[in-house]
Amino acid sequence: MSGPIQSIERAAAVLHFLGAVPEPVALGDLARALGLPKPTTHGIVRTLLGVGFVVQDPESGHYAIGGGLTRLGETLDPHLLRSRAANWADGLAARTGLEVQLGILSGSAVELLHHVFRPDDSPQRLRVGELQPLHATALGLALLAFSPAAVRPRDLVMTAYTPATVTRALDLTRAVQQTARRGWSLADGTYRPGVAALAAPIRHHVGVGVGALAVVGLRERVLTPAGEPLPGLLEQLVAAGSAISDRLEERL
Amino acid sequence: MTRPATPDRPVRPGARTHVAAIDQGTTSTRCLIFDRRGRMVAVAQHEHQQHFPRPGWAEHDAAEIWVNTLRVLPEALLQAGLQPSDLAAVGIANQRETTVVWDRATGHPVAPAITWQDTRTSEMVEELNRGPSADLFREVCGLTPAGYFAAPRLRWLLDHVPDLPRRARLGEVAFGTVESWLIWNLTGGPDGGVHVTDVTNASRTMLMDIRTLDWDQRLLDALDIPREILPEIRPNAQVYGTCRVGLPGVPIGGAFGDQQAALFGQTCFAAGEAKCTYGTGAFLLMNTGERIVTSDHGLISTVAYALDDQPPRYAIEGSIAVAGALVQWFRDSLEMIRSAPEIETLARRVEDNGGCYIVPAFAGLFAPRWQPDARGVVVGLTSFVTRSHLARAVLEATAWQTAEVVEAMAADTGIAFTGLKVDGGMTANHLLMQQVADVLALPVERPLMAESVSLGAAYAAGLAVDYWPDLEVLRDNWHQAARWEPAMSAALRRRERAGWDRAVERTLGWVVDGDPVTPARRGS
Ligand SMILES: Nc1ncnc2c1ncn2[C@@H]1O[C@H](COP(=O)(O)OP(=O)(O)OP(=O)(O)O)[C@@H](O)[C@H]1O
Ligand SMILES: [Mg+2]
Repeated sequence: MSGPIQSIERAAAVLHFLGAVPEPVALGDLARALGLPKPTTHGIVRTLLGVGFVVQDPESGHYAIGGGLTRLGETLDPHLLRSRAANWADGLAARTGLEVQLGILSGSAVELLHHVFRPDDSPQRLRVGELQPLHATALGLALLAFSPAAVRPRDLVMTAYTPATVTRALDLTRAVQQTARRGWSLADGTYRPGVAALAAPIRHHVGVGVGALAVVGLRERVLTPAGEPLPGLLEQLVAAGSAISDRLEERL
Repeated sequence: MTRPATPDRPVRPGARTHVAAIDQGTTSTRCLIFDRRGRMVAVAQHEHQQHFPRPGWAEHDAAEIWVNTLRVLPEALLQAGLQPSDLAAVGIANQRETTVVWDRATGHPVAPAITWQDTRTSEMVEELNRGPSADLFREVCGLTPAGYFAAPRLRWLLDHVPDLPRRARLGEVAFGTVESWLIWNLTGGPDGGVHVTDVTNASRTMLMDIRTLDWDQRLLDALDIPREILPEIRPNAQVYGTCRVGLPGVPIGGAFGDQQAALFGQTCFAAGEAKCTYGTGAFLLMNTGERIVTSDHGLISTVAYALDDQPPRYAIEGSIAVAGALVQWFRDSLEMIRSAPEIETLARRVEDNGGCYIVPAFAGLFAPRWQPDARGVVVGLTSFVTRSHLARAVLEATAWQTAEVVEAMAADTGIAFTGLKVDGGMTANHLLMQQVADVLALPVERPLMAESVSLGAAYAAGLAVDYWPDLEVLRDNWHQAARWEPAMSAALRRRERAGWDRAVERTLGWVVDGDPVTPARRGS
């Protein structure tokens, strides 16, 4: 086993120090207090600043402990996620002409947190609150691939909804790995025959998946005959997913 | 209609491919950018400070609002990857009735802006209503004088800011609601700023003749307001001027009070069409066409919109002062939640309100009752009630207040509602929207763009510069994005309604003899 990593120890020392002093501290004072060279200290606080564990007073330039630390143990409220996502989910539906779903992990299923109708004014039913299987949906694959608490494929009950549903743990693992590699997932008639979906993760803080965003529609509106996403669709989806991720970082 | 999925084609710079909207609201200032199909491509937003210097007072710093406006414009452009020259026009929607007076030479506000939630003028207005001119106001501006409208606030400023009446008569200072303030600043401020307002905002001052759409001298005299301080009244879709700062070179093509903007954004162009917008307050407006409906049920007649060379369209309005503001209070003053949307998480932990009701008569009761001396109550408390029940009661307060204005409107217009179109930030709350459907026993539907306020302002601006040819094209942009079906039994609805009604009774007459029982009073 290797020994402790020095830079992490030093970062911890910086955080302990900043957490113990009542006032923001100047860089020089911080370096002196920790017995470190100023450039080293600077590198550490800038890094911590970047991840939100340290904040800098805009006027004095002094450093203090950041809100990112206290938020470490907090999970993102699902309804806050929905609120922040709503405008972008609308935009995605408007631009693609497809139904949009936002899913979060709920036990070993996808729970639909938000749903935007296909904008064709045909009668549709609001599916918010509906549970969907992880292994058979694009949302599920994206959640399995990007959410840290995700269940393992071999623990799932893999019901066959259509002949195309993946029912073997090994195949599911492969699909999840593929999703993780390329950053998006695809479901081609695996939950409902003739219906396809693409999904991308919504990430919070340093990339942790907190939900997934999907466009869902008749196969020919989502995929080429060869089963590839229609040109442009993926870009729209991924852009909306990352716009929502950006909005999660904003304080309002 | 479904379109094939193709990415938006790259466009050449300066092609005037988009329209921007500034939504200057009670809690924040936003800039949204739309494309030709009314699809949002960017949104930037900053909150401003709420100042409550005394109970019943609510102020904003107009200078802060202007600074925030200057921040959101470049942020939205950057997000969309656009330049000002890509914008065909910008439209403005604003919190209504909020009153700003500023120095034309320095551009500085002479006092804090008095917001629409502020009740400091209620005594003055009570006197006005006892005097001889109350009927004149009702007849000419269509409004029963109330502290809610802008003119009493202007009168208050004239009475309390040293030297203001003299400076007003000399034309040294300007009055406006927030759209006037923003347009004046965007078009150059002290350096040639255009001083205008639009008919919808002007219709909320108590100073405009609702038929001629011009300031009425008799009303000005009744409140002793010098004409020199007033902006010029303009239609909603018209180029008022060109931005010199913020969005240099972009024409300002429209302005709207936010609620009328939302009615327009929801494309309620025909008589009988209505929407309810859920923000800080909630406002139900129905287009009444060329007819001014006088209400017997506490609703307000107002201008819906006026387009160049067309007779104005009117609306009838049910105003609810406190909707999202109650959620905000639950968050900030009670510290029960960290963000407004979390109220849904909390409320979903329980099945019902546990017998608890909250009536948020913070600024008295607005429509349909207009009781300035009512104050809020939390009733039905037992040791069974938890904060989750309170959270439910907070949301239900908005649902029941909606039911009251919907009933009043149906009674006044003789038009039965078959459903309710909604928009605004609170429509992201599915529990609330379900409650609204349940208590109305009607389906509730949300359009694809819940920011109807901004969309309406953008539509007006786009029409003014022929970016959009006509109203019909705008109608095609409307699509249903969600629909909540009622699912409450009639028996339960009756029981809950009775509980709500009894709770409302307990708010009435709380303020005795204009002497609010407040900590500030007791302390002094
Ligand atoms: N998910 C939610 N559940 C309940 N209330 C919410 C939710 N999201 C936002 N709100 C409330 O809605 C209001 C914000 O909505 P919106 O952004 O439409 O209002 P606004 O435009 O700032 O209001 P105004 O124009 O009156 O200033 C706030 O009062 C907030 O408390
Ligand atoms: Mg608003």
